[in-house]
Amino acid sequence: MTNLELYNNAFKEAFGVEEADLAGLEYQGIANWDSVGHMNLVSLLEDAFDIMMDTDDIIDFSSYEKGKEILAKYEKTI
Amino acid sequence: MVNYDEILSIPPYSMDKDQKHTFLTGVLKELSAHHYENCEGYRRIIDGLSYDIAATESYYDLPCLPVRLFKEYELRSIAEDSVVKTMTSSGTTGQQVSKIFLDREASANQTKTLTKIVSSYLGSTRLPMIILDTSAIVKNRAMFSARGAGILGFQMFGRDKIYALNENMELDVEGLTAFLEKHKGEDIFLFGFTFMIWQHFYEELKKSGYRPDLSRGILIHGGGWKKLVDKKVSPAEFKAALRDVCGIQRVYDYYGMVEQTGTIYMECECGHLHASIFSDVITRRASDFSVCEKGEKGLIEVVSVLPKSYPGHALLTEDEGIVLGEDDCPCGRKGKYFSILGRIKNAEVRGCSDTYATKFK
Repeated sequence: MTNLELYNNAFKEAFGVEEADLAGLEYQGIANWDSVGHMNLVSLLEDAFDIMMDTDDIIDFSSYEKGKEILAKYEKTI
Repeated sequence: MVNYDEILSIPPYSMDKDQKHTFLTGVLKELSAHHYENCEGYRRIIDGLSYDIAATESYYDLPCLPVRLFKEYELRSIAEDSVVKTMTSSGTTGQQVSKIFLDREASANQTKTLTKIVSSYLGSTRLPMIILDTSAIVKNRAMFSARGAGILGFQMFGRDKIYALNENMELDVEGLTAFLEKHKGEDIFLFGFTFMIWQHFYEELKKSGYRPDLSRGILIHGGGWKKLVDKKVSPAEFKAALRDVCGIQRVYDYYGMVEQTGTIYMECECGHLHASIFSDVITRRASDFSVCEKGEKGLIEVVSVLPKSYPGHALLTEDEGIVLGEDDCPCGRKGKYFSILGRIKNAEVRGCSDTYATKFK
């Protein structure tokens, strides 16, 4: 699987959304991306990429697009 | 308007008394004007007191609302459709609960502030985490109790989390044993509410004879002492008892309330609760609400820079406490340090662990 596929799958699993919904998706933008969903997303991404994100990065992870920038810090190019 | 990104870039214990006074007066005055504009209930209170917000020279002079008001009225300074989260205090059945309305910005800023404060104790690396509570607590995602919000907020600092209690509030010995085996030699972060820890963790460990090795554990707990005071358990005994059953050395209490979620007061290595620059405590004499001297027992007022979606930036609590000093705690953190003595007489039972405890009477 490519990094993009891994990344997208984590969102789809965490929030029950479709591929087409991903662009522009934001924290608190849909009911399932609340603080509970957020921590689910984080642990799915950490498992998929075998990384551990810093607390500050978890907080800055505010949208689908922003998340790609953050993962780049962990040398994961989406 | 208040710039939270700028505020949150300031280290939480970095300002001395005068700097903090200027800073908080500026922010809290702006917030008061904001609520005056946007919350009719708040405007009527301020007008009723004939208070002139623009003339405020010190945040000590701002009118503070009794926390009870949030039970009786739905106070908010945002449009109803921008509410993304409603938090409630942990009232017992039959008690009225406070309702706190948050928009996206307010909710995000609470999390960010909590992170700034707690990271100064735990660091920014996330530790394996044991939640000393039941997973049943965070079931309803839209309606957060204070206990659920506390658990969720602190999850940010953990990874590979487990709940120590199952849905029936029984200790998950098997789960804990496997978890500790997996994380042998690592620091472990534990979080829970004071009474819950006593009743369902300490008492169960004592009874069962199971002795997990938590000598590398760091426990943060909060939610009220009242029920343990009734059981004649002091903070020192609480720590000693836990050390006896699981070897844990680092145990920190915190003081906070759902009406000002995010700006909590953490206990330092010297056993004192500390105010960060994002909030403050003022002790007041019950007779005339004048400000107490250092070392004098009084009613606690709390102010916080966070409440923007509801007028909760200056509140009179129903707790009593003593300010022990300012800027000179041996732990090195600046700001006021204090201790909480408990709830005033005839006040309601509240606090995350205390309301739960009424079931055990």
